[in-house]
Amino acid sequence: MAIYTKEEARKILEKALSFSKADACEINLSGYNSGNIRYARNTVSTSGFSSNQSLAVQSSFGKKSGTATIDEFDDASLEKVVRRAEELANLSPENPEFMEPLGPQMYDESITYSESTANITPEYRAEVSSKSIVPADAKDVTAAGFLNDSAGFSAMINSKGLFAYNQSTDLEFTVTMRTNDGTGSGWVSRDFNDVSKFDADEAAMTAIDKAILSKEAKAIEPGKYTVILEPAASADLLRNMFRSLDARSADEGRSFMSAADGKNKLGQKIVDERVSIYSDPLNTEVPTSTWNGEGQPLKKTSWIENGVVKNLAYDRFWAKEKGVEPVPFPSNAIMAGGDASLEELIKSTKKGILVTRLWYIRSVDPQTLLYTGLTRDGTFYIENGEIKYPVKNFRFNESPIIMLNNLETLGKQVRIDGNLIPYMKIRDFTFTSLSDAV
Amino acid sequence: MKRRDFVQYAGLGAGALMMPSLLLGKDIPTEALLEPGMDALIKKNMADVALNTAKSLGATYADARIGRYLNQYVFTREDKVQNVVNTESFGIGIRVIANGTWGFASTNSVTADGIKKATEQAVAIAKANSKIQKEPVKLAPVNAYGEVSWKTPIKKDFKEVPVSEKVDLLLSANAAALENGADYVNSALFMINEQKYFASTDGSYIDQDIHRLWPTFRVTAIDKSAGTFKTRENMSAPVGMGYEYMDGLESEKLEGPAGLRLYRNSYDMVEDATVAAKQAKEKLTAKSVDAGKYDLVLEPNHLGLTIHESVGHPLELDRVLGYEANYAGTSFASLDKLKSGNFKYGSDVVNLVADKTQVGSLGAVGYDDEGVKTKKWDLVRNGILTNFQAIRDQVHMIDQNESHGCCYAQSWDDVQFQRMPNVSLEPGKDKYSISEMIKDVEKGIYIAGRGSYSIDQQRYNFQFGGTVFYEIKNGEIVGMLEDVAYQSNTQEFWNSCVKICDESDYRLFGTFFDGKGQPSQSSAVSHGSSTARFNDVNVINTGRSI
Repeated sequence: MAIYTKEEARKILEKALSFSKADACEINLSGYNSGNIRYARNTVSTSGFSSNQSLAVQSSFGKKSGTATIDEFDDASLEKVVRRAEELANLSPENPEFMEPLGPQMYDESITYSESTANITPEYRAEVSSKSIVPADAKDVTAAGFLNDSAGFSAMINSKGLFAYNQSTDLEFTVTMRTNDGTGSGWVSRDFNDVSKFDADEAAMTAIDKAILSKEAKAIEPGKYTVILEPAASADLLRNMFRSLDARSADEGRSFMSAADGKNKLGQKIVDERVSIYSDPLNTEVPTSTWNGEGQPLKKTSWIENGVVKNLAYDRFWAKEKGVEPVPFPSNAIMAGGDASLEELIKSTKKGILVTRLWYIRSVDPQTLLYTGLTRDGTFYIENGEIKYPVKNFRFNESPIIMLNNLETLGKQVRIDGNLIPYMKIRDFTFTSLSDAV
Repeated sequence: MKRRDFVQYAGLGAGALMMPSLLLGKDIPTEALLEPGMDALIKKNMADVALNTAKSLGATYADARIGRYLNQYVFTREDKVQNVVNTESFGIGIRVIANGTWGFASTNSVTADGIKKATEQAVAIAKANSKIQKEPVKLAPVNAYGEVSWKTPIKKDFKEVPVSEKVDLLLSANAAALENGADYVNSALFMINEQKYFASTDGSYIDQDIHRLWPTFRVTAIDKSAGTFKTRENMSAPVGMGYEYMDGLESEKLEGPAGLRLYRNSYDMVEDATVAAKQAKEKLTAKSVDAGKYDLVLEPNHLGLTIHESVGHPLELDRVLGYEANYAGTSFASLDKLKSGNFKYGSDVVNLVADKTQVGSLGAVGYDDEGVKTKKWDLVRNGILTNFQAIRDQVHMIDQNESHGCCYAQSWDDVQFQRMPNVSLEPGKDKYSISEMIKDVEKGIYIAGRGSYSIDQQRYNFQFGGTVFYEIKNGEIVGMLEDVAYQSNTQEFWNSCVKICDESDYRLFGTFFDGKGQPSQSSAVSHGSSTARFNDVNVINTGRSI
């Protein structure tokens, strides 16, 4: 499938819009090419390629809306899908929260597309697998990994004159290396928009080294420990906190951001003053589209600044209800870091635990944002500034809010799942039981 | 409702690793759900294009799955309809073995030309990857069934029930919740129809029509002055049934402790919402649990999730072998434990079975997604580990020569692989009710409904919450508890099982969203059990302040 250029997409969208007879019409067009390879037991297991494109029309009469989609873009098909959306709108009940489409918007030019990523071949994917399997074999380790790459575009138009377009590419890679005696496991995750930043050899060796270092872990008592969280370990907890920054839930009294007497915590200090988190679609390390699915421009936005909640996300309906400007949900999270490397964080730790990643994280209590989960693929005991020995995995019960109030040191930032998160040293992190899982 | 909201909503309480992909498909008008789709003879001809093309290109095996997936979702909130979504997805997935290696490709162009191209792509991928394949794929033999069909035994097709009736039911449940003290209520109906045609070079042409239904809600009660809130979810289960599940038959209701109403093969949503609202309010002032050891009495809609995580997943042979090592993990239940013939997975009263034929379950089909007729088999008998769950290319690794028939793909454009069948705890043999179970307990907690759940990557250490918790003292329920979670490891937990209620209390739990694989896929699965008691389990207090 072709990844349509801005002008090609505009031509299709304008043609579709020309058939509209509704009070309001919004049309989205998107498509992607995506390839993957999966391997385990030091051999390939599955591999595939998928490609799709779709056009979705939402037509509205007053507060009644209908949506229809199609994947053929000739004139007759475009007219058919618009008519179908209009028929559905006429049959639909009124939506009391319906919002008129936005008028024309100004968007920044995004930096999310890389030609080299779009040109990845099946041979390249097999080569990446081989770069895990060959060194693993040589070190008495077994590799299991997954590489997925994609290139795509999205565009939208509406009857109020809005037009938006974005192209993007992504590459995601993870590999788990398990020692053949079954006592050690290591893991890495890498993701980029531009494949030229990806070093498959480095990633594989990092996971292999960690697997070997984690062999024959010792059991130590669960309890409260100073932890050094690698960015992959803290990212999921922070992402869950980030997803909860919704103004409506907070105002309705059903969020950790709700306060007594029907208020929310906007403007309150909720974590250590060194914590600042923002989103920025034009960050060169973690770029995203500069507009969201509703056509709202995405700009650099501060969410937590020096520990204080600076913004909550207001959708357009809730913003109108509350008489404020809408604040769209962010598409990435960037947490300000410090200068310390991982080695320096370890060196400055008298007693603590180094955590590679967390696993099976689930919400225990939305009121306090308490989560449970386990450490995995490399957990180590630190004493007097050195890694002394690997330790068995722990189950934790912790809230990112409590965690960010117990901040000791911020380290350097690393890209993880499209976000920039620093290494963090945290005191009194709560481990509640031991796991025998390797 | 935006996709993000849907994903958040659908993820609520589901026994899953990851997000659903149920919204895949094109929006269609409601009446299009009743259109018959492609004729079976044409599907046979199309499948033969794939099989013949694959063979002509040197493939030693090929299968083709032509899928049409029709879904309907209805979402409401308080007195508002948020959305009604009807979707259709149609296409073909072709899997081949060439040079001893799997290849897969799919297309939504179900024409001779489109299928030929996709088949060529599948063979090319297999041949490219064969360069790094260590051992050729070995398939267990399977019967050629010829042209056969199977359908979920439904009494009322959701597609024929007017949308207005579904909306009325949800809004009635919402109104009941609001009238009984809830501040907010969200409710939804998920309805799935998989029309699947399978053909393979082994000589089977299998036409199946599969139905699933899931009514669900969440009520929220708020203490505005304190800025606190509590939620209570539904006591229904997702089922492999038609819309008749929503009839709310009195004959299928069970009385739980403290006014709790429980449901077997028929669900009364309005009644459940009424009870839920009262219980959500009660939770706001419930006593916070004292951490310690308790005897737990676990209700089936709760225990199902524990079975799912601590029995269903660790006994998947692909995990045991390491195929899931990079994502869902491996398993403590290693091959040597099975081979020993004496691995004590649970106490003597614990019998766990896998069953792809169970009527009303989410996993019930006539044939799996590689053409194997489904069956029932033992996993744990009298506490001893006796088998795993495996598919055609795995069973030779456990010295067996017949697939267990649990291969599944979430859609025509995803490759099929080993998925969990229905895994269930057999009821006790002696007549034993819930109240008799509670009467036996000196210091314990009765837990009903699903809650928070987490287990390690080898399925050993776990932590579970629940929907409602009641303290048991000297054989009696003495009040509601909050902040309860129990921690154990799989083997200890199942060996602490001392008593199980009989068949009359047997019910199914289920999830639509069991996640596994890379790229990740969802599958739907049920877990049956009767109320069971587990002695001396470690309970923690999860209360915190921020």
